[in-house]
Amino acid sequence: MSAPATGLRQGRWVAFQGMLRDRPSLVLVGVLLLLVLAIGVIRPGTIGPSWVANTILFAAPLGIVAAGQTLVMLTAGIDLSVAATMTAAAYVAASQSYFGSARAVLLALAVGLVVGLVNGLGVAVFRVQPLIMTLGTGLVISGGLLVYSLNVSHQGPPAVPDIVRYVGAGKLLGIVPVSAFLWAAIATIVIVGLRQTGYGRLIFAVGDNPIACRLAGVRAWLVLLVTYVICGFLSGVAGLVLVGAINAADLSLGDVYLLPSVAAVVIGGTSIYGGNGGYAGSLLGALILTVLSSVFTLLDAPDPLKQILYGAIVVLLAALYVRTTGDDG
Amino acid sequence: MSAQAIARPRVAPNVARLLRRNAWTLGTYGLFVAVMIFTVAIHPNYGPFEVQSLVVGALPLAFAAVAEACVVLGGGIDLSIGAMMAVANVVAARYMNHHDFQTAILVSVLVLVGGTLAGALNGVIALRTRVPDIVVTLAMSFVWGGVALLILPQPGGGAPDGFLALASGNVLTPWIPAGIVLLIVVVGAIWIPVKLSRIGLALYAVGSDRTAAFRRGVRIGPTRVFSYALGGFFAACGGLALLMSTGIGSPLAGTIYTLSAISAIVLGGVSLAGGRGGVMGPIIAALVLTMVPADLILSGTDPNFGQVIQGTLIVLVVMAGGLAPLLRSRRRAIVPGASSG
Repeated sequence: MSAPATGLRQGRWVAFQGMLRDRPSLVLVGVLLLLVLAIGVIRPGTIGPSWVANTILFAAPLGIVAAGQTLVMLTAGIDLSVAATMTAAAYVAASQSYFGSARAVLLALAVGLVVGLVNGLGVAVFRVQPLIMTLGTGLVISGGLLVYSLNVSHQGPPAVPDIVRYVGAGKLLGIVPVSAFLWAAIATIVIVGLRQTGYGRLIFAVGDNPIACRLAGVRAWLVLLVTYVICGFLSGVAGLVLVGAINAADLSLGDVYLLPSVAAVVIGGTSIYGGNGGYAGSLLGALILTVLSSVFTLLDAPDPLKQILYGAIVVLLAALYVRTTGDDG
Repeated sequence: MSAQAIARPRVAPNVARLLRRNAWTLGTYGLFVAVMIFTVAIHPNYGPFEVQSLVVGALPLAFAAVAEACVVLGGGIDLSIGAMMAVANVVAARYMNHHDFQTAILVSVLVLVGGTLAGALNGVIALRTRVPDIVVTLAMSFVWGGVALLILPQPGGGAPDGFLALASGNVLTPWIPAGIVLLIVVVGAIWIPVKLSRIGLALYAVGSDRTAAFRRGVRIGPTRVFSYALGGFFAACGGLALLMSTGIGSPLAGTIYTLSAISAIVLGGVSLAGGRGGVMGPIIAALVLTMVPADLILSGTDPNFGQVIQGTLIVLVVMAGGLAPLLRSRRRAIVPGASSG
């Protein structure tokens, strides 16, 4: 009697595993719910509409920068300059607010575009490995920002422009974060754009097999160039949202976003080797990492321990994803 | 492309080919000589003291570069080199403080063993979880960084003078800094036997083409773990060198070395795709990368430009490296992608 029952159970288990393999985002949703549950257990009564709103508020910069990182990773690249770009955009906006919000925001976005353009030229035209190219630009940006900060301070006190503060920290009807709308708009454009546009499909193609792409007449370099420019631009936007949410700019504001931006994408199931994945997973990854941080905050763990656990859990989640999907990264 | 490293002994010595194959490394040596001449030219009285401070300043980066080279040659990448250096640095500074030279050496040995194990752990995690090594080691850099902060929350500790003199002293004449001797002895004692043995050959084979190496009967897993372990060992050396050059332990001082080490190996002719290059190029590159910002500052540039200069140097050098094959021919596609490992 027991043998068929075991067999049935095994069959169900296999089917369950198959379902997880086919729909890996279910695993991510499960992990997210588990973490939310953990918060509910640690501090009952925390979970509520305002908690959700605040989580989205804090996840928005990560989610936006992860969008750029997703696109770059889909082309089999990586952008390690995103954190420095975020910081630079945020700092430029704050230091230029004296001359008006419009100028501040435009200059901040220009920083992102220029960084993206330089990265794109290096990777697409000069064929530099993305890792080393973006590492180099990251060094240049953070070094340049230091010099800039020393020479610009007399032009007026750094202050976050009102419009940036509204987008980063404002709430509609006192509850819905404004940044959620911006994030949702970017997410929609990225998700739909990847599926529906020729450029979106080319990103996958270039990441999957650049040689075949070239032989098929695709201007792969143009695809790469545009992708890095978009990533730089989104990093700039993320920097603005972040500085709006925190309402203070310093020279290491975005530094903490380097690992999460990569981790959110990897946890979200985008292959670092390119051609496989999408933004929906990264979005969930960004939410998971943000909730994870708030779990640590609730646990009141000392900072070094938080850092250790964060790193370890990122590896665990990435491993979990690889295991459930049977995907090699 | 992949078989060249292995087939080298059978190839008849051909100077032109040798030059072509090592063009990049030779270029690095040339750059070193040029920068050295420039340095001596702008210094009114370049003397033993300047040589000394160059070596002491470059020593941690040189070890970090060798560490990264070991991992990258094996087809991987380790973004936690700097964090492991920080751990080695603070452990040594904490447990050597107020102790004698013998204890310091004992602590060093333990730190080196620990570093090797930490590196091996990185490798094992990357291997067993099959998560890409960039991601694993980026996350591990957080873990090691946290460990360093746990051991020593703020800069402090110290080491006996005799231990510091291993890097800052000199040998025979003031013109030969002890640091360069230490570097040559340690790297030589470890790297030369490795390179000459089967495991070294396996390392290069796995780095250049994992599938081909596997079909040749090379055991991929142990070889990759070995390359990470070797990286961990040299990262620990780098942490100790950092203690020797600064005299104290600092939980955050190591972080910059991950980026600098990658810069140094790229400048030193190690292919990020794995299997190509050696450790001499990165060491020379580490010297160049230490000298250039110092020179520019000496010649009147704003010291805060140091990082900008380093970043620009890397970008320009790799762009030049990318441009050369581009101009030569467009016959073969060079895949613009992350490292294969």
